[in-house]
Amino acid sequence: MWDYTEKVKEHFLHPRNVGELEDANAIGETGSLNCGDALKLYLKVNENERIIDASFMTFGCASAVASSSALTEIIKGMTLDEAAKVTNDDIADYLGGLPKEKMHCSVMGKAALKKAIADYRGVQILEKPGEMVCECFEVTDLEIIDAVKENNLETTEDVTDYLKAGGGCGKCLDRIEEVIASVKAKG
Amino acid sequence: MKVIYTDNNATTKVADEVIEEMVPYFGQFYGNPSSMHTFGDQVGKKITQARMQVAQLINADPDEIVFTSCGTESDNSAIFSALNANPDKKQIITSTVEHPAILNLFKFLRDNKGYDAVFVPVDKQGHLDTNMLYDKLSDNTAVVSLMWANNETGVIFPISEIAKKVTEKGILFHTDAVQAAGKIPIDVKAANVDMLALSGHKIHAPKGIGVLYVKKGLKFHPYLIGGHQEKGRRGGTENTVSIIGLGRACALAVEHLPVIDKEVRQLRDYLQDQLLEKIPAASVNGELENRLPNTLSIGFDAVEGESILMLLDRENICASSGSACTSGSLDPSHVLLAMQVPFKSAHGTIRFSLSHYNTRDEMDHIVKTMVPAIETLRAMSPFWKDGKMV
Ligand code: FES
Repeated sequence: MWDYTEKVKEHFLHPRNVGELEDANAIGETGSLNCGDALKLYLKVNENERIIDASFMTFGCASAVASSSALTEIIKGMTLDEAAKVTNDDIADYLGGLPKEKMHCSVMGKAALKKAIADYRGVQILEKPGEMVCECFEVTDLEIIDAVKENNLETTEDVTDYLKAGGGCGKCLDRIEEVIASVKAKG
Repeated sequence: MKVIYTDNNATTKVADEVIEEMVPYFGQFYGNPSSMHTFGDQVGKKITQARMQVAQLINADPDEIVFTSCGTESDNSAIFSALNANPDKKQIITSTVEHPAILNLFKFLRDNKGYDAVFVPVDKQGHLDTNMLYDKLSDNTAVVSLMWANNETGVIFPISEIAKKVTEKGILFHTDAVQAAGKIPIDVKAANVDMLALSGHKIHAPKGIGVLYVKKGLKFHPYLIGGHQEKGRRGGTENTVSIIGLGRACALAVEHLPVIDKEVRQLRDYLQDQLLEKIPAASVNGELENRLPNTLSIGFDAVEGESILMLLDRENICASSGSACTSGSLDPSHVLLAMQVPFKSAHGTIRFSLSHYNTRDEMDHIVKTMVPAIETLRAMSPFWKDGKMV
């Protein structure tokens, strides 16, 4: 059984801001049914680019629900610029930490937030730019590079914990290792 | 709060009778069964009795019973023995839905020892593609290993029929009967298997004790090489206490087989019917008929298994999930994937596995907990809207 903090359990059992937000003007979606978790984040942003309300719909394990709940609590009241600086670590910290293997839940929160902000600003983020590395979880080399840099990941297991990549059939593990090595080589 | 234990395919409660039987051998009777004195020999006599009790459960001769440390050791010993007996044969055959004790061993042999490992697929019902299996059999086949019943779905393979076809060709046949033993009748003579593995802790004996049945006359190559114990088939001083416990557990299992076939089956069916009736978009995994009487694998669309387990856990209900998420792996279980259970319900699969200790009240409590649990999770799922999958 996972060693969840009381805060994670509490946010799972009593999630804040669940449901669709009727008058949302920004939406960010990430994950899929196949991947085993998915998050749809709704924001209501006012004319000063401040997030005045946020809500979520999540399919996934307890830590995915808790991370989503935490995310909405963190960003409510922030400006989009402030929200853009929220990291997956902030989400995990808010919950008193996540088991290492569950860090991908916080990464999912961060990804949905990024998309919601882009949605509001009308910028197109290329859907999964880069070269596909992990087909099971649809993760590209650029995403891996980002996660490795941002979270100082060292091993393929780290990458699996943060992005799930490599956690399925495992045939992409060699390629993940190469990507990590290339990041480290560049320093 | 009282625990409602419906995770008996994971492990079982050690029966009170079993504990009672074992206790004196922890302290008072600590002798070594191999010793040349009466003190040790009284333990030896108890082991002889246990060996007989185990043999009776599967209709073997006591000489054909080898005690091991667990089901995994039994499986590994069986396969390595078969390979040692056939050094020139390089093909090994199993199924895609085996327990890791076989599955990962076969992958290891393929990746590190150059074996051609064949993983025979199953259909959506969990039935083995026996035609493909029979097609693959050749002079190069060293061993065929198939589980008697599946741990996740409870689906039963037609082991007698398969063993006959395989052994007719002079190919060794091993079966992992860890889940079947104690739940359905097993007769190694009628089934004509060469080797069979079973595990103590799945049949109300303690953990750390297993059995490998080795058919009389079969040339056996030990996996643990050491003393003369188990007639040279498994070195190491006997786990006397657990062997004695396992003997008692097997005797109890013989008594309980009819109960499991009738009462436990009724409980399982009741739970299944109630859940299907009260929760929309739920489906049972695996063939309904040819299934262990205690096992129910049921998938709920648009929700995720670990979340369901957490809500069950709050009510002290123990079950397990079909997505291996709880174990750190991220894909749905290899069994459900092999059966092509759609992702929408595979991630939300829960396995309830009952024992004769369960009651109807407990089933009612599970249903009462499950209905709102699934509702709550669906209410927050982006894939569920207005009472259906989106
Ligand atoms: S391709 Fe990455 S785990 Fe399968």
